[in-house]
Amino acid sequence: MGKTLFEKIWDAHVVVEKENSPSLIYIDRHLVHEVTSPQAFDGLRMNNRKVRRPDLTIATMDHNVPTNNRGLPILDQTSSVQIQTLEKNCKDFGIKLFDINSPNQGIVHVIGPQLGITLPGTTIVCGDSHTSTHGAFGALAFGIGTSEVEHVLASQTLWLEKPTPFEIKVEGKRKNPHAVTAKDIILSIIKNIGTSGGNGTVIEYRGEGISDLSMEQRMTICNMSIEAGARAGLIAPDEKTFEYLRGRQYTPKNYEFLVDYWRENLKTDSGAKFEKNYTLHIDDIAPQVSWGTNPGMTIDVTESVPSPEDFAKGDQNQKKGAEKALEYMNLKSGTPMTEIKIDRVFIGSCTNARLEDLIEASKVVKGRKVSPNVKAMIVPGSQMVKKQAEELGLDKIFIDANFEWRESGCSMCLGMNPDILSPGERCASTSNRNFEGRQGTGGRTHLVSPVMAAAAAIFGHFVDVREMDLN
Amino acid sequence: MQSFKKIKTIITPLDKVNVDTDQIVPKQFLKLVQKSGFGKFLFYNWRYNDQEQLKSDFVLNEPKYKNSKILVAGDNFGCGSSREHAVWALLDYGFSVVIASSFADIFYSNCFKNGLLPIVLDEKTIEKLQLETGDVEVDLENQIIKTNSKTIPFDIDSHKKKILLEGLDDIAQTLLYEKKITEFENQSKIPSVL
Repeated sequence: MGKTLFEKIWDAHVVVEKENSPSLIYIDRHLVHEVTSPQAFDGLRMNNRKVRRPDLTIATMDHNVPTNNRGLPILDQTSSVQIQTLEKNCKDFGIKLFDINSPNQGIVHVIGPQLGITLPGTTIVCGDSHTSTHGAFGALAFGIGTSEVEHVLASQTLWLEKPTPFEIKVEGKRKNPHAVTAKDIILSIIKNIGTSGGNGTVIEYRGEGISDLSMEQRMTICNMSIEAGARAGLIAPDEKTFEYLRGRQYTPKNYEFLVDYWRENLKTDSGAKFEKNYTLHIDDIAPQVSWGTNPGMTIDVTESVPSPEDFAKGDQNQKKGAEKALEYMNLKSGTPMTEIKIDRVFIGSCTNARLEDLIEASKVVKGRKVSPNVKAMIVPGSQMVKKQAEELGLDKIFIDANFEWRESGCSMCLGMNPDILSPGERCASTSNRNFEGRQGTGGRTHLVSPVMAAAAAIFGHFVDVREMDLN
Repeated sequence: MQSFKKIKTIITPLDKVNVDTDQIVPKQFLKLVQKSGFGKFLFYNWRYNDQEQLKSDFVLNEPKYKNSKILVAGDNFGCGSSREHAVWALLDYGFSVVIASSFADIFYSNCFKNGLLPIVLDEKTIEKLQLETGDVEVDLENQIIKTNSKTIPFDIDSHKKKILLEGLDDIAQTLLYEKKITEFENQSKIPSVL
């Protein structure tokens, strides 16, 4: 019987295998950031341990960093301490760090691929659940906790129970790919399979609807695998993947040799068995907007806020959850989504702050102004994205429309830096989580694509971007 | 790591599904660089009002649950962010056991690195257990939960059980395989980053 891509990568990384126990898996790339690493480095110090492979470990600061003027000191004392702690840890343990002033600084899941650190067929971990992003390159990439960060630093391995392979086929062609985006595909998937639909699995996304996507769009898909509960999301590498990584700063010297190997080996065999399957047809899907407090609480922009009964389909716990969500979001069932007014717009995050995202959003914004009632900001995913966007003049388009144009970081996706919503504020956000208080205590988040967020900024409410000229 | 064998306290019922780690510890408290002291931030936005006073309508704030060490919650507990701070906060607050009908993968794994016991039971059993007002005993060695009226068995992977019972240091165990790790590295095709 054939093997799935996931099983091939797994098998190629088993160091120790034991009956009815987790396997010891080798980790090829370890990405480190300031929030989930300090306690791990402390653990190494207490036990007098070293970092086994500093040459496979890369660090940056992204969660905490302010996105306004980088020349100013960091006012939040605890943030500042955490950032300095990472600097000291990287220095003490010999780890390469892209610090706040580095041209390579950015959200860890944006810089990995941009620098050619992310490679097909590798295992990649980071103390961040959105590590699943790197799966877009055919890497087995997943988030880990701080104890596991320490374990990888010390041993370059992890004890893991083997997840099961889950096939999600995306079939068909979008009629308007500028208006219906990768974000709408992944939100549609999560709304259908639920926020725990992928628990215990590694999803492999397959089909025409996936191979049609660019690398940056594929990253948006894999990024949100965790919102369906999956350990990781994977897409088999193809010529687009190999081309994307060619010639980047840290692309290996023997790259073409590796490509030949990957081309031959990194695909699911015909006849391989997946434990679970789901198919999404995308010919007619609409732009998506979340209405509740988890990413599964999402509907078409053309629909109205659902009633808890309709959402729950007979599940009492889901019904209670939906009632609480509507209360938190201050929404009434039956309100058309396009009538919901918004106060803030955030275009950013490891889900949707890459160059293509900004290009697409700029098409909506060009020659228009942000609605007077809305405060809107763009936070590029990395300093490199920011620079590339500025070379294309995108910053000018956004600034002319009254968007704020910021430095790179995680920013208002999770609000660890000063970029937060005030209580009660409603935000159209290109990020990945609409949990209660995620973007600021009492803040209300609606997850959307970059074009949907840009349009919401202009009109002050959600609009169906299929009605706009985006070509 | 601290070991876990057996405890007996009343349970705290948390009647919610999809409790995400942003709720367990909100992001503004992730800036600390140590593992201790997160208990006061547990379920912060549910426990405290805008004036940072305890809300009387949240279950953890009811005096009778003050000494409870067993949290019983709904489906998909611990979803979302990988932050291990969620586990540190539950432990530091005083919980030793979390019972739910399912857990998110990363949270579940984080529990075993810190001595917090996660137990999966079916939804019907959870609903009944949430109504239990007397002391409940959780016995890991025998894999049973005892209430006044009944005994509920639970499943746990034997490897994970051993880690908790013995409070094993994961890394020390792994480094016993140092030779195998080196062998693996010598045959790996994947180049260094730098």
